[in-house]
Amino acid sequence: MSDIKISCRNMWKVFGANPHAFMNRHNGAPTDEDFKAEGYIGAVRDVSFDVHEGEILMIMGLSGSGKSTVIRCLTRLNDPTSGTMTYEGRDLLAANEEELIDLRRHNMGMVFQNFGLLPHRNVLENVAFPLEMQGMENSKRIARAKEMVDLVGLGGRETYFPGELSGGQQQRVGIARSLAVEPDIWFLDEPFSALDPLIRAEMQDEFIRLQKLLNKTIVFITHDFEEATKLADRIGIMKDGKMVQMDTAEQLVLNPADDYVAKFAKNAPHERIISVGAVMKPAKGKLATSTVPKSAKIGDVAAQVLDSDLPCAVVDDAGKKVGMISRKMISEVLFGERA
Amino acid sequence: MTDQAGGSTSTNFLPDSLKGHEAKVAYVAIITLGVLLSFVWSGATRWPQEWVLPLEGWITDGINWLKREAHIFGVQVKDITRAIGATLKLPIKWAEYLLFRGMKPLGLGPLPWVAVTAGVALLGHWIGGIRLAMLCLLSFLYLSFFHLWKDSMQTMAVVLVAVPLAALIGLGLGIWVTRSKRAAKIISPIFDLMQATPHMAYLAPVAAFFAAGPVTALIATVVFAMPPMARCTILGLQTVPSDILESGKMSGCTQRQLLWKVALPSAKRTLMLGLNQVVMQTLAMVVIASIAGQPGLGHKLLYSLQQLRIGLAIEQGIAITLLAIVLDRLTQGFAYREVDHFAATKSFLQRNWHWIAFIAILIVSYVAAEYFREVKILARKQTFSFAREMNDGIREFNKIAYPFLNPFKEWMTTYVLLNIRDFFLWLPWPVFVGTVALAAWRLGKAPVLWLCLALMASFIVTGFWVETMQTTYLVLISGIFCVLIGVPIGIWCSRSERVANITMSVCDTLQTFPSFIYLIPAIMLFNVSIFSNVIAIIPYATVPAIRYTYLGLKGISPVTIEAAKMNGATPSQSLWKVELPIAVPEIMLGINQTIMMALAMTAITALIGSTDLGQEVVRAISTQNYGRGILCGFFIAALGIIADRLIQAWASERKKQLGFNE
Repeated sequence: MSDIKISCRNMWKVFGANPHAFMNRHNGAPTDEDFKAEGYIGAVRDVSFDVHEGEILMIMGLSGSGKSTVIRCLTRLNDPTSGTMTYEGRDLLAANEEELIDLRRHNMGMVFQNFGLLPHRNVLENVAFPLEMQGMENSKRIARAKEMVDLVGLGGRETYFPGELSGGQQQRVGIARSLAVEPDIWFLDEPFSALDPLIRAEMQDEFIRLQKLLNKTIVFITHDFEEATKLADRIGIMKDGKMVQMDTAEQLVLNPADDYVAKFAKNAPHERIISVGAVMKPAKGKLATSTVPKSAKIGDVAAQVLDSDLPCAVVDDAGKKVGMISRKMISEVLFGERA
Repeated sequence: MTDQAGGSTSTNFLPDSLKGHEAKVAYVAIITLGVLLSFVWSGATRWPQEWVLPLEGWITDGINWLKREAHIFGVQVKDITRAIGATLKLPIKWAEYLLFRGMKPLGLGPLPWVAVTAGVALLGHWIGGIRLAMLCLLSFLYLSFFHLWKDSMQTMAVVLVAVPLAALIGLGLGIWVTRSKRAAKIISPIFDLMQATPHMAYLAPVAAFFAAGPVTALIATVVFAMPPMARCTILGLQTVPSDILESGKMSGCTQRQLLWKVALPSAKRTLMLGLNQVVMQTLAMVVIASIAGQPGLGHKLLYSLQQLRIGLAIEQGIAITLLAIVLDRLTQGFAYREVDHFAATKSFLQRNWHWIAFIAILIVSYVAAEYFREVKILARKQTFSFAREMNDGIREFNKIAYPFLNPFKEWMTTYVLLNIRDFFLWLPWPVFVGTVALAAWRLGKAPVLWLCLALMASFIVTGFWVETMQTTYLVLISGIFCVLIGVPIGIWCSRSERVANITMSVCDTLQTFPSFIYLIPAIMLFNVSIFSNVIAIIPYATVPAIRYTYLGLKGISPVTIEAAKMNGATPSQSLWKVELPIAVPEIMLGINQTIMMALAMTAITALIGSTDLGQEVVRAISTQNYGRGILCGFFIAALGIIADRLIQAWASERKKQLGFNE
């Protein structure tokens, strides 16, 4: 795998009267019963994972699962109660206020569920805000902000105030602002959850377009499994503050760690998650002349395979035949075991 | 929902030891014992003279000692207060130079009235367009053409200095409270108490240390007008959405940048609301400060009222009201001012024409004032007054109305007011203390109980029981009238959108009037009498009863009302069995406000001859009896605090039971 951007190990975030004393009392690993008995809340419990350079890591969970707290620990908007955290090998928890501000001014960008726009500044001034904090000179930051506003498709609305924009447009401003400083790592906290379904889909496409252009390292929080499968390279599923499983969407569907993950996976659009390689069988018997690539998603090749009377050969990137896929295998993914 | 409203009352409302009928028995027992005690011991009706704690004298002596001899770090207290006085005098002096005295140090005259009027009108235009500009223009023309210009400017001079001071101090304290837990712990309860303290109470202690006049008015005004700003700052900062704060942090704000560039601007609306309240409170207080020697409109009005020159009083009252309305609309308008999207595309002239026009008018009028005196200020013969005509009119009206109004007044006075007064004057203090203490104890809040006991003890052992009851009975009667009038109107509003719109705008207008104004119609119709005191209080103090009733009923979730309908409730059943029980805590908060305002107004009716604590304060200030003034001011506040604490505790308990979040 590529370079590790952020890494966290054994991270805990406990809310209550005196979280540190509570953690110490229970040797740094309190159980469910301990939490209940003393009235503490374990928002994040013993979570460890890495974020790799250039990947989109989605953290998924229902409300109260601790996903928002995780992203707030990574950005140190909330300090974790215990655990370690590194950013490009630097100890993130050791950073003092000044270093942290510097990091946020130059390396991190964040998009918020309810946009978090400054109501008293217009679109351009909102986008320019982090640059202003950096101390960039006025004309330069206006030019840069203008660039960002155009990038997210809001050109012409620079002088509008947040209150005069629709939800989708406000979030475009939020995105432009978070990208203005050219961050190395981009945090998105349920950025599309406050939007209507149609706008949400539109913004997801917009997100994909931007990521193709920018190729950022991304930590993305969502409660929507479909959104996760559509956008993510890897998905981490959280429940009650614990990271239940972190893997590709395909692995979550094919090898769920427990019933909880399986429940989510069950309702996911399998044809867009499972690839040919995952269901193919060794080639035998007579095959059709047309071939399908091993890495293709089932949904993309379904029509071709279903049209063909004979099973199709599966080939890898080099064009070498590695297996076959039949109508039956396709329909099992599409309708089969789930029905 | 109905179930919830009715059902939970009987459960854990009371402390376990005392439920429903037991409490009733306890009340009856306390009252009986108190009354019986008064038969065998005369000290129960009036605290024995030989037991009176001579606090009044001690305070007077103490202040005299402080003023004459006391030292702090080798500096005489006298010199310190003198230095503070001189420092505060300075900005006032400049405001006075500017507005009406003339800037002698610069060899310039005061701002010509033409320039001030034009300036305010231009400001109105900049903030709220042509309509607000017209309001400002006509109001200031009125001040000038009714020969009230100099008095108005005298009043405005203190307002001009007090508003920024109060706003800045309030803002600072508000910020401090949101940043320091310890500050919150100390300051918040003080604000709570100040909220329940009427105007009058602030004047006496300030007047004890500073000479009568603008400085005393300024200090009392700043102290009185500051808490709403602090409260709005706290509220505004605490309600900035966390997303906005976090986005500020993630943009790399330092703590200071986060406060000044993110949090405070985001809270602008609430802060402006605070500023609006500061301005309104300031004007109200400056006018009342006339009893501590502040010249200006309030002083003139007070004089007219005491001379029963009603026509003149009406003209002066209108001037105060117009000033209040203009200041209110200007500050409110500023909070909601639309931002111009196309400012950048406009020329310098287009963007700044208000300023340019004002400066042009200013220069022209200054020059013109050298040659034409009427540009500077209108001479009396150039102005109008309909005071005499109005006096005649009122006399005629009273002549016609007397046969109707007088019997009503006489009947109310003899059968209602005097009876209730006599009851309160007869009331043995152990009954009063016992009842209040039992009520506090039933609420299960020990601090409330101790506070109430201490405050009640303060006016009993110092020998002010009678004066305090004079105030209590006036507040109580007026309060009952306000509730009887206000709650039904509030209910009516909740039934009809149209009524609500009209009533709410009337309420808004009534609330902009400084309390002083309400004395005029009372005097006009009923002369100096107990009844006119009550009449002055009612319109002022009814507003919150209406408003909270309306809001309480409006705030009930529609689902609850629909459910009641589907359970077959008639509209009146729905009102009595579902809506009112749910709205009661909110209505009680309204009644609390009503009592606070009635209390403040009762003290002010001292100026038209009520004989109560307020009267004592007024008299003490003019005779420099500091101890008496401070104590009586404090007792007014004490009454307010007792009522406020009890009702608030009850309402918050009840809200908790009904499952409302505060």
